[in-house]
Formats: sequence, C-alpha cells, structure tokens
Amino acid sequence: MYAYDELDRTLINERVSEFRDQVKRRLSGELTEDEFKILRLQNGVYLQLHAYMFRVAIPYGTLSTKQLRRLAHVARRYDRGYGHFTTRQNIQFNWIKLAELPDALADLAEVGIHAMQTSGNNMRNVTSDQWAGVAPGEIEDPRIWSELIRQHTTLHPEFSFLPRKFKIAITASEHDRAAIKIHDIGLRLHKNADGETGFEVLVGGGLGRTPFIAKTIKPFVHGRDVLSYIEAILRVYNQYGRRDNIYKARIKILVHELGIEKFAKEVEEEWKQMGDSELRLDHAAIEEVRSRFSYPAYEKLPHMPDELKQAAHDPLFERWRKNSVSPHKVQGYSIVTLSLKPVGGPPGDATAEQMDALADLADKYSFGEVRVGHEQNLALPHVAKRDLPALFKALDRLGLATPNVNLVTDIIACPGLDYCSLANARSIPIAQELTRRFANHDTAGLIGRLHINISGCINACGHHHVGHIGILGVEKNGEEFYQITIGGRADENAQMGTLIGPAVPYAEVADVIEDIVEAYLALRDRPEELFVDTVKRLGVEPFRERVYATR
Amino acid sequence: MPLVKQGRITTDLFVHVADGAELPGDGAVLVTAERFLADPEALLRRPGKVGVVWPNNRNLDDLVPHLDRLASVALVFPTFRDGRAYSQARLLRERYGYDGELRATGQVLRDQFVFMTRAGFDAFEVKKDADADAFAETMKRYSVFYQPTGDGRVTALNRRMQQRHSESAGQ
Repeated sequence: MYAYDELDRTLINERVSEFRDQVKRRLSGELTEDEFKILRLQNGVYLQLHAYMFRVAIPYGTLSTKQLRRLAHVARRYDRGYGHFTTRQNIQFNWIKLAELPDALADLAEVGIHAMQTSGNNMRNVTSDQWAGVAPGEIEDPRIWSELIRQHTTLHPEFSFLPRKFKIAITASEHDRAAIKIHDIGLRLHKNADGETGFEVLVGGGLGRTPFIAKTIKPFVHGRDVLSYIEAILRVYNQYGRRDNIYKARIKILVHELGIEKFAKEVEEEWKQMGDSELRLDHAAIEEVRSRFSYPAYEKLPHMPDELKQAAHDPLFERWRKNSVSPHKVQGYSIVTLSLKPVGGPPGDATAEQMDALADLADKYSFGEVRVGHEQNLALPHVAKRDLPALFKALDRLGLATPNVNLVTDIIACPGLDYCSLANARSIPIAQELTRRFANHDTAGLIGRLHINISGCINACGHHHVGHIGILGVEKNGEEFYQITIGGRADENAQMGTLIGPAVPYAEVADVIEDIVEAYLALRDRPEELFVDTVKRLGVEPFRERVYATR
Repeated sequence: MPLVKQGRITTDLFVHVADGAELPGDGAVLVTAERFLADPEALLRRPGKVGVVWPNNRNLDDLVPHLDRLASVALVFPTFRDGRAYSQARLLRERYGYDGELRATGQVLRDQFVFMTRAGFDAFEVKKDADADAFAETMKRYSVFYQPTGDGRVTALNRRMQQRHSESAGQ
C-alpha cells in the first residue's frame, strides 16, 4: 500500500475546497452550466439520464480496507447503497446529489481518495495490473512508477485542458492484465542489458468509434526519464491534437494521421530540447516514493497446508479454488479474485454491505488490502492458503464466490441505456440474460476462458472491440440492435474483433451468443483450445455460417 | 474587462488595436501576429511599447527572434477548455527565456489562475469582475504542487527529499 503523507492529504483537501467553491458558484448562478460542466468533469461528475454520476479514482487498483469502508459509507449515505466498479479501476455512484457532492468528497479525502481527473479532457486515473506486487514472475512492482506518474499528472498546469481525455496504463508482467495496448500511453516495464529499469512506451491505443491498438514509439525509455518522455508526448499532443472534432481529438488520431514514425520524431525532438530538466528522477526520488509503499510481513508457510488438503473433498470449494485462486509470488499464499458477476446481476456492482463485509475479510485474511481489476472484479492479494477454505465460506455467504472468473459469464459491461445519456441501447440486461443462459458453472467450465464485453454505444466503455465476443448496442429506427464481433482480445496480443454478421435485435442477442458458443464447441480441435484461438485458427467464416445459416 | 497584474486589478496601459485600425501616435499597443510580422521594424520604431497577440495554433518560431524587444505577449484561450496556450506559455518562459509581460486573454476564469501562473502568465484579462476580485484569494488555494515548472514553486517530491535530508542531518 502507498501511504499518503501530509502533502498528498493537503493537496486533496485543497482540491475539495476548490470544488466546493465551484459547486457553490454554480448553485448561485455565478457559473453557467456550460462553464460548470468543464469544471465538474475535471472532478468526476457527469450528468446522466436520471441524476449526477460520480466517479471516484482507485489509483492502480489498490484499496485499503479503511478506504473500502469509506466507499461503502458514500454508497449508503449519498447514494442508493451500491457502487459500480468500472473498467479503469474507478468506482461510480449513480444517484448522487450535486449539493451533497462536496461533503462526499470531503469524507473520501479523509482516507486519501479523490475524484480528480476521473473524467474530462485531462490525464485520467493511472491504471495498472491488479496483481501488481504479488504476481509471480513480475519484473518489479509497477505501482512505484504508477504513483510517480499519478502525482506528476495530478493538476498538471500545462495538460489539464487537452484536446481529449488521456489514459495511461502500466504493466510489469509478461502477461498484460492492464490492457496497455488500448491506452493513450501504455508502459511495459522491462530491464535493459545493463539491468536498468525502463519502459517500452506505446502510444495511440484506444477504442471508441475509431479503435486502434497502440504502437511502440520507443522500445526503451530509462526509468529516470519516464516523466520527461511522457511530458514530451503530451506537449506534442496538446499543441497538435485536433480540437475541431471531438471524435478525432484523441491522440490515436494524431498518431494515425502523422504516422508513428513522424509522430515519434516530433516527440523525440521535443524531448531532446527539454534536455536535463527537473523531471529527471534521480535514484533518491524514486526510492522516496518506493519507501512509502508498505508490504505485508509474510509468514513462512507450507505450499500445501492441511486445511487445503481437507477442503479438497468439497467439490464446491474445489471448483471455486480452481477458478478464482491464483498463484502468489510468496510460497503458501494466493491471490483470490472475487467475481462481481453473480448470475442475474449487473456486472461490477457491489453493495455497501458487501464492501463492508469484504473489508472485514480483507483485514482478517489479506493484510487489509483489496484490489480492483479492469475486468470489473475485485481481488484479495495476500491470502494464506490455509485460510482459503474459511474465506470461501465467508465469500459465498456474501455472494462473492461465483466461480466464473474469466469464464463466459464474467462479462464486462458499461452501464448502458439504463443510466447513460450517451447510450443507444441497454447493456446490463443483456449481460444479466447471458449469465442466466450460462448459469450452469460446469458448462461454463467446459467452455473455458471466454470474455464477453458489452458496450451500449460506439464510445465503447464496455471494451466490446477487445472482447473475445464483443457486443455493441446501436439504434436502428428507434429500436435496439446489437453488432457482434468475435476474436478480439485486450492482453499482450491485443487485437480488435471481427464483425460476424448483420446486427440482431435485442431479443435475439442471447440466442446468437449461445449459437456462437455452440459453434466453438463443435469447431475447437481439442478442449484446451480457447475460443479466441479457434477464431484465430479458422477465421470468422465458419462461425458466421453456423450462426447465420438459420437466420 | 479587468486586467490583473502583480496580483491585483490595475489599469491596462495597452490598447488592443484591431487589424486595419489606425495606430495611436504613441502609447502601448497590442497588435495581432499578422500585423506585427508584416513590418515589425516600423512598429518597434514608433514611440510606445509593443505587444503581440499570438494565436494558440501558430508555431512560436516566427515570434522568438523578436522576444527581447516586445513588452507583452498575449496568448489566447478561445474557450477555457482549449489549453494550447499553456504549452506556448511554458515554452516562452522556460525554453526561450522570455521575461516580459505574458498575458492571458480570451475566456479567462478564476479556475485557471493557478494553472496559468504556474505556466508563466503574469497578466490576466479576466472575463468576470468577481473572478478578478477573487484573484489573490484564489492564488492561495493551493500550497502543494506535484510538477516542476518555470515558476520556481518547490514540488512535493523536492520538499519530501529536503525533509528527509534535514531529518538525517539532525540525527
């Protein structure tokens, strides 16, 4: 965990008081709605279909139990008793009242959380691997760098009014759990031949109506230079990114229009001119931030404790363990993923009661730490294996032990037309129906890893392009239709899915998805071949034939 | 529209002269980039200071050679969501060493004062009277800054390092 010091706390409180003043000026009419809109967006406040929506940052997905309890408090006191975890390590509250927002922010500030730059055309919450610091094989903890970048990008005087939003993600593992290739800047931590830490820098990824996979702009930027290099990218973007058309304003369009070579050259020139600036991080500066991350005092525990051997006779426990428990870098410990995708539930939602109870469990079993991942699930990052059986029972009572992590019902979905003023179609009811269709966990296990991502409009908050199966809501003559793509992925081999056929009406979506899954079961050459690999091997055509033959 | 300089509302000594309008015989003027670049020498010869309003979509290269003879550079915020002039301001101050008046014009609201000051602006044509009145108050709003810029404010990281240093020195 990163511990905020007096300076971090002061800054958050100063931001709260500024926002309080902005709300006051809006309510008194001193600020027009047009002016206020930009200001509230800088602080995570959207106006949705029914109410204001409030998005709170969970930087690089790390939460203390104190913070989680405070989120529960905000849900209970200022909202309707629940929150929605998003694909970018944020939590959203959907029913907040404008006049109460400053108080909610002040409550959060007391535990070191905030909503700065969770929306608006600025540098958004810096995201990372939810298993950072505990994943086996990780090169080093990417959160040190995430925190350095979080600080640097917070209330940046030059880059708070960019052409469009700007998202940075960092990974330090071979397997990319942070989806860096669909970010404006993706950073892959690795070491050079001299063993020094640095980053492969990727730029120009993003989804929305013009999706692009990020391209490598520089294979190795030394860690000490990472802030200045990011600043150089942003300066080029701030000056030359398009501002005439909101749909062409992301950096991906600038990179595409200039071409990566030309864009890289512009950045390189800017970077050279910046020279040896104050942005260079010396060893002491990096160590200063590193020193404020604390790590659990792990015990020396056996790889296979008796508790685990005994519990292996319980088939429900075993099914959950095989699905939701992952190896930890320390022997005797595990990472436990908590599915927020119960059968029939809206993906990513958690109630205040669940958050409070989970905080208790994290205190008891995970050194007081909880993680949030981009798949809209939570994780307990340091669970002793001997505690797994007891934890399973407790999670099951809370409805947080659905054994469907990475399976067909572990669906990513945006809020869609049920909440969002941009949406063309509903997302949540589609997800709910699919979880019912595939409610049998044994069947889901048989199908294997399969990511379904649903967006209610082209803005792609549900990351439909990179779902193994992507579902995009569109509007046709006043009715909800859905375009379906297959073969997308968001990991280190990220790519966009391919359209399988004509859009289908709301009522047929679940049938079509079932047909696609059946086609896969018939087409895969062995049970271990994942859906996405079958699509890669055979292309879309055999799927199209089977699914659309009778339609 | 009130002008804020040195932290308070002051009389604007500069007159904005539109393209095609006649220049006053003397006194300080602010002219457009086109007018200035058409004949910089003639403008600089006349009695009275000269400032240039530089558009936010124009490269600074044509302006840089004249910087040491200009009394003001005015950068433009067509709307406050358009942040290009922040980059221009930092480049003028930090890369090209410009130390004359750097003026923010356009949609200038109190919510930008801290950002603008940190980027190097020291004069503000403020849209609303109430915002101009609140300038000094608004500038006190923040005491912690994460980024180093040319304004010399000490960053949080440097403060921490200094603290650490003095703690270890005191032991």
